[in-house]
Amino acid sequence: MKKSVFLGALTVAGIAAGGASAGTLDDVVARGTLNCGVTTGLVGFAAPDANGVWDGFDVGICRAVAAAVLGDSQAVEFIPTTGKTRFTALASGEIDMLARNTTWTFSRDVDLKFEFVGVNYYDGQGFMVPAELGVTSAKDLDGATVCIQTGTTTELNLADFFRANGISYEPVPIETNAEAQQQYLAGACDVYTTDASGLAATRATFEDPGAHVVLPEIISKEPLGPLVRHGDNEWGDVVRWTLNALISAEELGVTSANIGEMSMEAGNNPEINRLLGTEGNLGEMLGLSADWAKNAIAAGGNYGELFEGNIGENTPVGLSRGLNAQWTDGGLLYTPPFR
Amino acid sequence: MNEVSFVRTEMLEQEAPPASTVGVIGWLRANLFSNALNSVLTIIALFSVFSLLYGFLPWAYSPTWAAASLSECRDILHSLGREGHFSGACWGVVRDRWVQLLFGFYPSEHYWRPVLAFFLTFAALAPVLFAEKTPAKMIWVSVLYPFVMPWLLWGGTVWTPVVALLGFVVGIYVYRTVTAAMGSLFGLIAAVVAAAIWWLFIASSVSSGLAGILELAMEPVSSRQFGGLMLSLTIGIVAIGFSLPLGIVLALGRQSDLLIVKALCVGFIEFIRGVPLITLLFVASTLLNIFMPPGTNFDIIMRVIIMATLFSSAYMAEVIRGGLAALPKGQYEGGDSLGLNYWQAQRLIIMPQALKISIPGIVSNFIGLFKDTTLVSVIGLLDPLGLSTAIRANAEWNGVVWELYGFIALLFFVFCFSMARYSMYLERKLQTGHK
Amino acid sequence: MTTLTEPPKETFRLSMLIYDTRYRSLTIQVVALIGFLVLIGWLINNTMTNLETLGKEPNFRFLWEPAGYDINQRLLDYTSQSPHIRAAVIGVLNTLVIAVMGCITATIIGVIVGVLRLSKNWIVSRLMAVYVETFRNVPVLLWIVFTMAILIETLPAPRAFRGDNATASMLLDNSVAITNRGVYIPEPLFSRGLGDIPVFWGTFEISLDLMAVIAVLIAGFYASKRIRMRADSIQEATGERPTVWYQRIAAVVVPLGVLLYALGFYLGYPELKGFNFTGGTYLRNSLIALWLALSLYTAAFIAEIVRAGILAVSHGQTEAAAALGIRPNRIMRLVVLPQAMRVIIPPLISNYLNLTKNSSLAIAVGYMDITGTLMGITLNQTGRELETVLLGMLIYLTISLSISTVMNWYNNRLKLVER
Repeated sequence: MKKSVFLGALTVAGIAAGGASAGTLDDVVARGTLNCGVTTGLVGFAAPDANGVWDGFDVGICRAVAAAVLGDSQAVEFIPTTGKTRFTALASGEIDMLARNTTWTFSRDVDLKFEFVGVNYYDGQGFMVPAELGVTSAKDLDGATVCIQTGTTTELNLADFFRANGISYEPVPIETNAEAQQQYLAGACDVYTTDASGLAATRATFEDPGAHVVLPEIISKEPLGPLVRHGDNEWGDVVRWTLNALISAEELGVTSANIGEMSMEAGNNPEINRLLGTEGNLGEMLGLSADWAKNAIAAGGNYGELFEGNIGENTPVGLSRGLNAQWTDGGLLYTPPFR
Repeated sequence: MNEVSFVRTEMLEQEAPPASTVGVIGWLRANLFSNALNSVLTIIALFSVFSLLYGFLPWAYSPTWAAASLSECRDILHSLGREGHFSGACWGVVRDRWVQLLFGFYPSEHYWRPVLAFFLTFAALAPVLFAEKTPAKMIWVSVLYPFVMPWLLWGGTVWTPVVALLGFVVGIYVYRTVTAAMGSLFGLIAAVVAAAIWWLFIASSVSSGLAGILELAMEPVSSRQFGGLMLSLTIGIVAIGFSLPLGIVLALGRQSDLLIVKALCVGFIEFIRGVPLITLLFVASTLLNIFMPPGTNFDIIMRVIIMATLFSSAYMAEVIRGGLAALPKGQYEGGDSLGLNYWQAQRLIIMPQALKISIPGIVSNFIGLFKDTTLVSVIGLLDPLGLSTAIRANAEWNGVVWELYGFIALLFFVFCFSMARYSMYLERKLQTGHK
Repeated sequence: MTTLTEPPKETFRLSMLIYDTRYRSLTIQVVALIGFLVLIGWLINNTMTNLETLGKEPNFRFLWEPAGYDINQRLLDYTSQSPHIRAAVIGVLNTLVIAVMGCITATIIGVIVGVLRLSKNWIVSRLMAVYVETFRNVPVLLWIVFTMAILIETLPAPRAFRGDNATASMLLDNSVAITNRGVYIPEPLFSRGLGDIPVFWGTFEISLDLMAVIAVLIAGFYASKRIRMRADSIQEATGERPTVWYQRIAAVVVPLGVLLYALGFYLGYPELKGFNFTGGTYLRNSLIALWLALSLYTAAFIAEIVRAGILAVSHGQTEAAAALGIRPNRIMRLVVLPQAMRVIIPPLISNYLNLTKNSSLAIAVGYMDITGTLMGITLNQTGRELETVLLGMLIYLTISLSISTVMNWYNNRLKLVER
């Protein structure tokens, strides 16, 4: 369907209405691109470079899904969303999936009618303060000025935490991470609070990271994951199992380096064989090609590679695996088996 | 003879004026130190200019053009012995990202398309802007421009704009035939209906059919790839273009004697003018899809353009209403006395004059809308301001503030200032023509 | 002799609805109305269908659920347990605060700049032209974030005030602290205050002290006006004007002083305690940045309006005034400006409206106005886009219409009465 997007859009209803009833998977295949909602910019998770190519940990998930469905990791339209627009964009069908460090909560799942397909990053809300303040616990923060990023669960957690501990604070709501960082560095707020990953990412880019400490308290559980609309289970399965494939691949030792060799022919490990499509018909069950998982993993590597490449210890963000290690290493990543 | 004369017989040589009233000193006295208050003001002004430049220039003079990241900038400044927060600007970010700030994510091999479209805008506006210096044939560029410009920007097959243009041809043809048979009102209705049917139901199949025969397509570029200044200009130009006819209709409706029509127009105009643009953008980003029939999906830039069009049409209506009100009543009466009906009088007498008077207002409307396009960054679109956030989210440029804002401010200033100057020139020219 | 024949009585035919101009306008209006209603019905129908598929039922019950978030600048009592509707009210008040403050300062700056732009002082008039052009031609959103960045980056943080070798110090005898979090100024306090009374079933409280002060001030000004009127009438009658300026000042100041003493008035000074200054009134830098940026931006437009207004006053007026021996700045104040006002007021109204609407950009700096609370965090947390955005638009519409009503009333009063 090669129609000018502009005038095509003007020929409204009649044509467009036809395609909507089909599943998202069919839509994506027919369109030839995946519309993936990401943040407007967060170091390590999603940001465009000088050539307009998006890169980051969340972006990697989008690319993996595109590779699994379309066989082309570049066939993704990245749609920057804000805290305000992300859910509407997903609900209205403007994007097929949202990978924008979104916390899986009860009300978002049940009331807003979204389906979280899994967790790609286990996070929690923390506090960062300048070391010179000598603060060692978040409970010492009585009367402090706290920078918060709005549009997230952060402000609710913060209100709850300070109320539960009976201490007062002065909230400074801020739209973007870049501005929050600016205010915090200039001393316009004493504390910066957001997800611990975001704190680490922000701290890593400071001129002098050592002058700032992240307090030990983690005041909330923030399981961040990609999500899709309620009610389209086929599509939900595709995204869920693509994520699982990336995680499983790390557990099974399948990397972007050895995947070509491993997927040539069936090996000794039956689960790897099933994952890579050399045995069984898992891809067909999903409605995808047999090498879907191979494509997904080849796109940006397995979960571990994505992590290390975008937010791991050797990147400017410098996050350690922590909770996000495989269950075999004492972390929380534990995928259901591929069979 | 010893004559004593008290009357000079020859003229004295003309004296040079006192040193304090001519030359630099005289100018200074007349213009800067004419009295105590003025002297104080001068000194205050000089001092503030000086302190601004004193703070700004050392910062701006900073050999960091080649730097590839903020830390490199810091290293360069460090090696020069300049330390501290305001030691120097980091111009590397502008070198690295200026193309992106202009074109967003538009594919680089197609940059000529928006550039051409931009210059075509001037060609299309030439009959209005430089009326006396342009050949009459240029009007065809203006007529075709609304169809060529989207095709250049969005790409796709050439048949789409052609078929869209054919819709007007169909409309005019139907109008002519039906008018001849049944009168102009029926003609108008039939023409609108026929054109609407053409666009809604026939156009897409015709254009894909024609494209099947002969492709003639440019690579399509989806509007999500628009960004930076180009996005601002696109939203601004398209919205102003569409809002002009809408604004005319609204202005006429507001002036009309038909009570209900007038009430509807006034209601619409006052509603739009009473709410901030940002709320309309929220509607575009969160609600417009809910208002449309299930399954319709405009992309976000389309929705923003729709809301921006509605927004500026209300302001446009007010500008044109001003133009209509400025016309002497005799013009209306003259039209009536010639036996012209309402639409003929509007088309031949009223509108050409009213629009001409309104041009400066329309230009300043455009400047306002163009500046307001920065608000789309609030709903996550990557206009220059939105891009600055995205750029600062990159590990290399995290922490850059002034250089980006300064560059963006300069971009807007250049555009808006030149348009404002032009509008002032036009205003002067029109005034002499009118009085 | 001609006879006047009755025109033949036409019977109404259906085609007259179109061809007869008497009925045609009616037809067009009915068609327009039907078209409009169909459009509205179509939109509502679409919305209902879409919301049903999304499983959302539009209702406003969420407004009475606890908001769960905190707001820093609140003119009424508010905690995170207060309902969303209260957060919205706080937001509306904050919008009004910024709008009123902005309009006042924008007018003052605008008038000064507009007059100075016509100054004969070359450098001053050029400087003002540069100011006007820079501010008018750069988007206001950019100015807002720019001002915020300047405040944050150039002013000292509260911790700079601490310790023995503090790099910053408080101004005016330790009573004002200018920090990059905002400005702390002394606040008026009453040791024998009258307390507050709850109104509207306890939804908010009104300070009786403030009410008393306002009442005394109004009474004082009224008395002062009466004294002036009496002086005027004596002047009319005798030709000599009694010296009353001290009486007029006393009429305002003395009762106020007595009241303040009775209430035990004192100033609470800000003090650096813990992380922040405490005590005193705290103007947050989000408020200051927004206020400054909006005032300066709008003032640039107002300056142009004022300049145009002054230029519109005929030169003969100035010359006539000069011939009467009036001094130049009095000519401006007494002759030119009052006449220029008639030209200035109408565009001024629309600039006030613009400023109020532009205050919705507060979210860029985290000022919690109605866009930040109701259409910001409340929308995010409840996911009720339709209700919050529509309610927000309605509120802005109400504010705008009230401003234009008031200003139009003022404009009509000022209009030259033509007989």
